[in-house]
Amino acid sequence: MTAPGRAVVVAVVGEIPAGGRKIVDIDGRSVGVFNLGDGFVALRNTCPHEGAPLCEGVLSGALTSPTPGVYHYERRGEILRCPWHQWEFDLRTGRSWVDPDRVRVRHYPVTSDGRHVIVHV
Amino acid sequence: MQTGGLIDCDVHNAVSADAELLPYLSARWRRHMELVGSRTFSPFTKGYAYPKAARFASRRDAWPPGGGLPGSDLEFMRVQLLDAYPVERAVLNCLFRAPEQRHDAYGAALAAAVNDWQVEHWLERDDRLRASVTVPFEFPDLAASEIDRASAHPGFVQVLLYPRTMAPLGGRRYWPIYEAACRAGLPVAVHAASTTAGPTTATGWPSYYIEDHTGLAVAFQAQVISLIFNGVFDRFPELRVVLSEGGFAWVPALAHRLDALHARLGEEVPDLRHAPSHYLRTHIRITTQPMEEPERPGDLVPLIREVGADLLMFSTDYPHWDFDDPYRAFRTRVPADLHQRIMHDNACATYRFAA
Repeated sequence: MTAPGRAVVVAVVGEIPAGGRKIVDIDGRSVGVFNLGDGFVALRNTCPHEGAPLCEGVLSGALTSPTPGVYHYERRGEILRCPWHQWEFDLRTGRSWVDPDRVRVRHYPVTSDGRHVIVHV
Repeated sequence: MQTGGLIDCDVHNAVSADAELLPYLSARWRRHMELVGSRTFSPFTKGYAYPKAARFASRRDAWPPGGGLPGSDLEFMRVQLLDAYPVERAVLNCLFRAPEQRHDAYGAALAAAVNDWQVEHWLERDDRLRASVTVPFEFPDLAASEIDRASAHPGFVQVLLYPRTMAPLGGRRYWPIYEAACRAGLPVAVHAASTTAGPTTATGWPSYYIEDHTGLAVAFQAQVISLIFNGVFDRFPELRVVLSEGGFAWVPALAHRLDALHARLGEEVPDLRHAPSHYLRTHIRITTQPMEEPERPGDLVPLIREVGADLLMFSTDYPHWDFDDPYRAFRTRVPADLHQRIMHDNACATYRFAA
């Protein structure tokens, strides 16, 4: 599997458990690497709003409601909430929940060679 | 946006537990704290009328690693704020619930304890810090005594009130506070708080925190109108009032409305020596956080110019959840001279800091 950019080993496989995260420094850039269970994602650890350490935020799910009185709590652990102003981002895309087209956080491809977790910056 | 020296006009230091104040209370009031405790005007003695967006209304990363509440650990405040940005001065607003006590003398004793605690644990430990005098403002004679007492320490730079008072702040009952503040040469700050007795709106209790938080802008306007039309600034020409955390985009609209109505209805308040907007621009100063965020970010600069280049003083509100980052809060380019005034010069003039 190939991905564009420079490959940086950020962890060994098994180091970040499912639901866990590791915040790493890549050439002065802080990046959060998350294990979603079915794969890894990596996000810039800087909120596009005011620069907070986004990847230190709480992970939650998404609440949807097709009709009054009916609601679904979905995608548990895939929505990242900023520790300052509570803006929420989809871990899989880096897009914000409130304004997904305009407010996004930089999202990096992650691969593995079987032993390492590799972020492509 | 880069910034030179910064004056942060709104930072919250916190008392982690009531017991921290015991050394500053007399035996009489230590006994009261231990056997009776807090009785506030609000029925919510341990919380807020509305759950906040975050625990203790704080940034999630602001809980000190050594324990205690956000804002309780000076060392951690240095790491996250004072040393992280070029902070020359930071004005502390301690929101301990002394002013809200139903027991007037206990409230006064707690206020004095908070002020003495601030001197020992904050003002004497970092020369960048300044603080607000906590006062039992619903009992203005007691508040005035505390201003006289506490202001002997040069680290206190303003008197702290909240916007949701029992009656509008222009009323005669509050004048002893203004008189004492002028005697001490201190501005009076009104800082957002959602634990006091009255609802934030003029029409009653809203349903949600989002309403409570939005409504603060309305509560501040009501207080400004009251202060001006009750002649507080004519009676106390030296008085400066600092508004914290109530927004500022409303200033131009309020100024227009005040002047237009004064032109028609001014006979009712004939003692006013100036147009109402004159008092607003001369006596009122406003801290920036939460920064106004117009839909088109570039609209912020013309808005600030209309508010007045001398009115605004930058604040972060550290460690609260809606913290404004000094480098990132302006989401548009602010001209250098205006930026310098907001980040530094206006606060130096208001608080008489050496520039």
